Amino acid sequence: MTTQIVGGRKQLQAEYLRWASRQRVLDAAFRGAATFFGLFVLLLLGGVIFALVDGAWPALSHFGFDFVTSESWNPVTEKFGARAPIYGTVVTSLIAMAIGLPISFGIAIFITELCPGWLRRPIGTAIELLAGIPSIIYGIWGLFVFAPFLQSTLQPFLIATLGEVPLIGGLFAGPPLGIGVFTAGLILSIMVLPFITAVMRDVFMTVPPMLKESAYGLGCTTWEVVWRVVLPYTRVGVVGGVMLGLGRALGETMAVTFVIGNAHRIQNSILAPGTTISAALANEFTEAVGDLYLSSLIALGFILFVITFFVLSFAKLLLLRLERRSGS
Amino acid sequence: MDLYRRRRTRNAVVLTLSFFATALGLFWLCAILWTLLSNGLSAITLDLFTQNTPPPGSKGGLLNAIYGSVLMTAIATAIGTPIGILAGTFLAEYSRGSRIAPVIRFINDILLSAPSIIVGLFVYEVVVLRMGHFSAWAGAMALAIIVVPVVLRTTEDMLRLVPNALREAAAALGTPQWQIVVRICYRAAMQGFVTGVMLAVARVSGETAPLLFTALNNQFWSSNLNAPMANLPVVIFQFAMSPYADWQSLAWGGALLISVVILLLNIAARAATSGKRENQ
Repeated sequence: MTTQIVGGRKQLQAEYLRWASRQRVLDAAFRGAATFFGLFVLLLLGGVIFALVDGAWPALSHFGFDFVTSESWNPVTEKFGARAPIYGTVVTSLIAMAIGLPISFGIAIFITELCPGWLRRPIGTAIELLAGIPSIIYGIWGLFVFAPFLQSTLQPFLIATLGEVPLIGGLFAGPPLGIGVFTAGLILSIMVLPFITAVMRDVFMTVPPMLKESAYGLGCTTWEVVWRVVLPYTRVGVVGGVMLGLGRALGETMAVTFVIGNAHRIQNSILAPGTTISAALANEFTEAVGDLYLSSLIALGFILFVITFFVLSFAKLLLLRLERRSGS
Repeated sequence: MDLYRRRRTRNAVVLTLSFFATALGLFWLCAILWTLLSNGLSAITLDLFTQNTPPPGSKGGLLNAIYGSVLMTAIATAIGTPIGILAGTFLAEYSRGSRIAPVIRFINDILLSAPSIIVGLFVYEVVVLRMGHFSAWAGAMALAIIVVPVVLRTTEDMLRLVPNALREAAAALGTPQWQIVVRICYRAAMQGFVTGVMLAVARVSGETAPLLFTALNNQFWSSNLNAPMANLPVVIFQFAMSPYADWQSLAWGGALLISVVILLLNIAARAATSGKRENQ
């Protein structure tokens, strides 16, 4: 448009053609770059899997299936088994879910059904900020504030009451140490709150007002509307959100490393110290001497990756299913 | 009438519980912030920003750790942002009808929540082992891998918000497609990009696990990217776990510093997007 028309029509045409062919090249280049980096994400995942398998291979081939079932973890005799860290990872995450799920559900109900409109955003943001706090902060808070608090209050109480009950008493036996599997689970339950709450709140919002109002019109209470209408309508999404939180809890590293006590043992009592896959990695990786030791740690990482990959994929598939339904 | 009262009671009980659940959630946030303030405020002195990390038992600051964190975060953002934006552009603008796009989106969402310690392991295998030593480059790469999924996700979301009429209008004027994307769509989505980058920086600057086996730590001032480099999260980890009072106090100071920066970034990012939503 700013081109001065000096020559005739022919020259203008030639200039246009030059411009067009240059644009075509640039178009292809830009498209190519975008596509390449799109595929790069797949490459990244492939690279992670390959690197982990490659690094874990010496340990996995040396110990075979025993690696998963054996409980011993002895750097001196070079006997490594992943049972204790796997157990710790699963148990801490289960405790986190058992406590975090009802609380998240409560918060989601409060935000969507009870809370006055002007308070919705501030409360929602405040809960989401819990997800912004880095896990190392949860770690030092847990070690210096939360664990001593539990040691002097909740744990003696649990030992004195639930510890005496037959069958489950063993779970709450032993001295109140403050740190341990239970404390790690509790901190994880705080850390997964924002993730589960956010998904629940979002899927609760997708329920058509017509459905809820019909139920209210029939005389249902708020709780009955939530339990009988909202929850069945959003079940898939809620399970997806819970799985998302579980995926986070399984892989959480620093917060757990601070408070779990790092003992490669499986003990009956959940108040006792234990370890998780990620805590073992964070504690031992840089100090590991010997190829087999290092490879065993990488094998632990590989197991963690496989577990979280499946949990997160399951979560994602459920949420996609809900999205598709509400989209159509 | 009895049934009616029972239903009312149950409703009241559940709603009260949900109120307390919310109060509990907010209480944790306040408890953590309060602990940080009460322990960390006394450690925030001029020394914190001007002195290097001390040996046990003497005074010092966190200058080298702050420098390392800022540098590695900056490099990670500089590497990860273009990759994330281009990949997000592919998903939003170039992937219509392609089979691979949903797979990429799916994998990206998994990378978004995958344990960050795995990223550390990956970079250790690929970079640290090959180079033979820990380095700031490796740390920055690990962080960059965490930046990519965050930026990709927001980029795609924001580009999808750009009205199609804008693209069509530009195309009708004969604009080449790459110019439509860069000069029209990117400009319209700029605010969203900024939000995405802020969220990515917030996420990355508190990450500890991926730095443990990549950048490691360094007690001294170092600006050599090929050598281990101090960084705030790992220093906090090391100092907090130590038995020395001086170190623990510095750890609290660093923790407060990092949390304030991250929370401010989070709030700013949210404020930016909410303004955008109201405009539309």
